[in-house]
Amino acid sequence: MSDVKKVRIATCSLAGCFGCHMSLLDIDERLFDLLEAVEFDRTPLTDIKHCSPCDVGIVEGGVCNAENVHVLKEFRKNCKVLVAMGACAITGGLPAMRNNIDLWDCFQEVYQYEGGLEGGQIPNDRELPLPFDKVHPIYEVVKVDYFLPGCPPSGEAIWKFLTDLLAGREPKLDYEQLHYD
Amino acid sequence: MSKTITIDGNEIPFAEGQTIMDAAMAAKIYIPHLCHNPEFKPHGSCKLCTVRANGRAVSACTMPAGEGMVIENKTGELDDERRAIVQMLFVEGNHLCPTCEKSGNCQLQAVAYCLDMMSPHYNHFYPPREVDASHPDVFLDRNRCILCELCVRASRDVDGKNVFGLSGRGIGSRLVVNSASGRLGDSTFAVTDRAAQVCPTGAILIKRQGFSVPIGSRIYDHKPICQVETEGKSGGEHE
Ligand code: SF4
Ligand code: SF4
Ligand code: FES
Repeated sequence: MSDVKKVRIATCSLAGCFGCHMSLLDIDERLFDLLEAVEFDRTPLTDIKHCSPCDVGIVEGGVCNAENVHVLKEFRKNCKVLVAMGACAITGGLPAMRNNIDLWDCFQEVYQYEGGLEGGQIPNDRELPLPFDKVHPIYEVVKVDYFLPGCPPSGEAIWKFLTDLLAGREPKLDYEQLHYD
Repeated sequence: MSKTITIDGNEIPFAEGQTIMDAAMAAKIYIPHLCHNPEFKPHGSCKLCTVRANGRAVSACTMPAGEGMVIENKTGELDDERRAIVQMLFVEGNHLCPTCEKSGNCQLQAVAYCLDMMSPHYNHFYPPREVDASHPDVFLDRNRCILCELCVRASRDVDGKNVFGLSGRGIGSRLVVNSASGRLGDSTFAVTDRAAQVCPTGAILIKRQGFSVPIGSRIYDHKPICQVETEGKSGGEHE
C-alpha cells in the first residue's frame, strides 16, 4: 500500500438526473488512474450515506426541496472545495422549467390528470421532503468554488477539470469542452 | 490620406461617419456585441460593445470613430464588465440552454463562452414570461428575449410592418406584438420577413426546424464567436 495521502472526494445528486454522474463514469479506463489519486467518501458510487471531512465535494443537480438543502449544507461544511457540476447545479436546469408553473398545478398534472392516473393521489407522506415553489442553483444557497457546466459536462471536460484540480492548477476547460447544453 | 484609429495597438483606417464598431468589423477585429447587426441602425442598448476610447467608456456601435482615437477593447477589465452584463442577461430571463432549440447557434450563449462565463453568478429572477405559439410558422418565446430590438428594427425598417415593439420598464420590460389580440398569429408577421431571421437568441424560432442541425455541426460548436464573426461573411450575420 502506498502511503501517499489520497485526495478525498464526495459527490451527490440533488435535483438532477444522474446524467452528470454517468458522464463521470464516461472517463472510462481513466477511472483507474483517478482511483490511484483519489478515494471516494459519500457518493452514489460507494453508497456511503453521510459526508465526512473531504478535500473536494462535487454536487450535481439544483435545489428543489428541503432535503436538497440539508445535503448541500453537509457538503459545504465538510468539503474544502465545492464544485457545482452540470446545468442543474449551475442554473436550476431542466427541473427549473417548473419555476413559473404553480406547484399545486404541477402536482395535479403529474399525479392526477395524466392519462391512466384515475383516482391517483398527490403523495403526502411525512417522510417526503418539502418541495420548494422554485428550483434554484446551488450557488444561491451555499458558496461554490468551481463550476463545471454542461448538460452533462462531457467525460473529457470532467477529466480535464479533475486533472487540473488534482495537479493544483486553476481548472480551465478548452473551448469545445465549455458548453451549457 | 485616410484617417485611422488604434484598437489595442493596431492602427486601422476608418471613413468619415463610421462608428468604432464599423471600423473594427471592416478590419476584422471582434468587439463583443449583441444588439448590433450592421444591417440595421445601431441601438446601443446592450452595452456589451463598451470599449475605452481615449480613456472614456463608450459604446463602440454608436460612437463615431475620430481621427487618432486610442481604443482599448480586449482587456481583462472590459471583459470582466462584459461577463457581468451577460450574466445579468442570463438571470433576467429564463435561459435553460439544454431545452433550447437555438443552443449552439445562439449569440448570447456564444458570447458567454467567449467570455469564459462559468455560471450566471447572480441570483436568478425566473421572471414569468409569456410564450406565443399562435403563429403557424414562428414561435415566440419571451423567456429568451434580451430586448435587443433587432426584430423591432427589422420589422419596421426592412419589412415595413412594425410587428414588434418593447413595452414596460425594468424587469417588466417585454416584447409586444402589434395586433388587436397581442398574438403573433393575429399580426401581419410572415416567416419570410427579415424579422424572423435576426433574433440573436432563441426567442424567435421558425417552427419545424428545431434540432435539425446535430450537435457538433452547429455554428459555435468548434469555433468561438470572435472567430466566426471575423472570418465570416458580414459580421453579425447568423444561420
Ligand atoms: S436563447 Fe441562447 S442562452 Fe438562452 S436558452 Fe437558448 S441557447 Fe441558451
Ligand atoms: S425577440 Fe429576439 S430579436 Fe426581438 S428583441 Fe427579443 S432577443 Fe431581440
Ligand atoms: S452592441 Fe453596442 S450596445 Fe449592444
